[in-house]
Amino acid sequence: MFDNSFPTAAVQAPQYTAKIMQEFTVILISTILVNNFVLAQFLGLCPFMGVSNKLETAIGMASATTFVLTLAAISSYLVNTWILMPLGLTYLKTIAFILVIAVVVQFTKMFIEKTSPLLYRVLGVFLPLITTNCAVLGVALQNTAKSRSFMESGLYGFGAALGFSLVLILFSAMRERLTVADIPMPFQGAAIGMITAGLAALAFMGFAGLV
Amino acid sequence: MALLRTTSPHLHGPQTTQHVMQQLLLATVPGLIALSWHFGWGSLINIVIASCTALACEATIVSLRKRPAWFYLRDCSALVTAVLIGLALPPLAPWWVVVVATTFAIVIAKHLYGGMGYNPFNPAMVGYVVVLVSFPVEMTTWPVAQSMLPDGLSTPGLWESIQVVFQFSGSAVDSYSSAYHSIDAYTAATPLDSFKHNNGLLAEQFYDQDAWFVGGRWAGAGWEWVNLGFLTGGCYLLYQRIFTWHAPVAMLSALSIMAWLNFDGGSSVSNGSASMHLLSGATMLGAFFIVTDPVTSAVSHTGRLIYGALIGVLIFVIRAWGNYPDAVAFAVLLMNFAAPFIDYYTLPRTYGHEKYGLGKKASTSQQSLDKD
Repeated sequence: MFDNSFPTAAVQAPQYTAKIMQEFTVILISTILVNNFVLAQFLGLCPFMGVSNKLETAIGMASATTFVLTLAAISSYLVNTWILMPLGLTYLKTIAFILVIAVVVQFTKMFIEKTSPLLYRVLGVFLPLITTNCAVLGVALQNTAKSRSFMESGLYGFGAALGFSLVLILFSAMRERLTVADIPMPFQGAAIGMITAGLAALAFMGFAGLV
Repeated sequence: MALLRTTSPHLHGPQTTQHVMQQLLLATVPGLIALSWHFGWGSLINIVIASCTALACEATIVSLRKRPAWFYLRDCSALVTAVLIGLALPPLAPWWVVVVATTFAIVIAKHLYGGMGYNPFNPAMVGYVVVLVSFPVEMTTWPVAQSMLPDGLSTPGLWESIQVVFQFSGSAVDSYSSAYHSIDAYTAATPLDSFKHNNGLLAEQFYDQDAWFVGGRWAGAGWEWVNLGFLTGGCYLLYQRIFTWHAPVAMLSALSIMAWLNFDGGSSVSNGSASMHLLSGATMLGAFFIVTDPVTSAVSHTGRLIYGALIGVLIFVIRAWGNYPDAVAFAVLLMNFAAPFIDYYTLPRTYGHEKYGLGKKASTSQQSLDKD
């Protein structure tokens, strides 16, 4: 009657774990390299240009953004699934997510202020500005649009943040070098920064097809 | 007795920029000969077009900035960029592809950053990637090697090649040129490309069937000789001490190790043996003429080892799992982007100071010196 080859849970578990791990690796590679939020989707350009003048500030900003993005992705998933969807209020999700992100940023600000006053002073005005980082809202909206699961949403946010951090840190090291270059007058400052970002985006096109 | 006082540095290297660039141009000759031998006049025509464009762009930009043009043209750096672009582009590519690549390389990748010595990205590779992304058809049409042509056909002569490159519109030429672009006998995907799309054949079967590998065992007819040519040129440059061994050796070893680790003995999903990866595509051209660029690579020896090794890894990753069959240009640009960051963390120790560690300020090493 019963097919004896039906896999029991004990047999299934390792395969299932391997499949999950593979899926998660694909999400990470996709968000960090192939669909990098800054260089492939052009989200989060304001902090990318604004906080990339010094490497140390960029590292601080990158870690703060990583923290906020992951947390915001998770909490916006929770808000969407447990509050907006049961109440039929999904048309309010943009506003709701902005509120969630602002709360997370405020929390991060208080956290950094208490744990690392130096970093708090270095980041200064940029810390509240994470609220306006379009990558944060972008991740939350993409997660709901593609109806990703809880783990996927969190991982997607984390991967996006890692991709943002990677590019921001490398870019800031390069910009430190550009400050001493003999750049023609009209291209100094933000202009050459944009051109460099463009060339970096060109380089990142090489990752196409990896996942 | 009055002693002549001069400021440091007191030791001068005999190598001027001009000398280095001329040596580099000289070292491309074996590879260029191999390319021309196997694929016809195309590469030479590419180089001539690219050189004229590069010199014109350089002169225009420098005079726009009101600098002495001859001083900048004399150092041959624009010529080197042009020659590298000419070697990298497919022989018999339409002339406008070469012009676009060279103009982009010289004007945007080099002179917007202030000219030689300031460009963070390798100009030749930027030019190459721009046309690769913009004109994929023209860039993936590669002429077949002389030895692969069926009887009665030979690689186009000089005049025919010029007609194809400039797309002259004479009736006889038109038919020739359309025949040239449509007949599979003259053009093919490169060995790396055809190996990647091997239609589920075992590597051995593929080697026996594919025209590239019938003519050449390791990496495709002609290609292995082109790469050996660039290897010869690279060894000459090493002997002349134009660059240090670190970056090219690190890149080639990383590429071999990656290929060796991922080679499964030749199944249908095999990623290719190490010998194929080393001798095909732009590997040797990249290793000795692109990765060694002193401006865009990392500076210290440790930095160059890391820089070269990561380029090797990226080349393999993109070749094996990405969309593009060859990856030297992308890998180099990606690592150019990372080079300042590598430099930041591989600062060599200054003589008389302790090693500058992470998070350690210069003043702390000064204090410990005072204690001693």
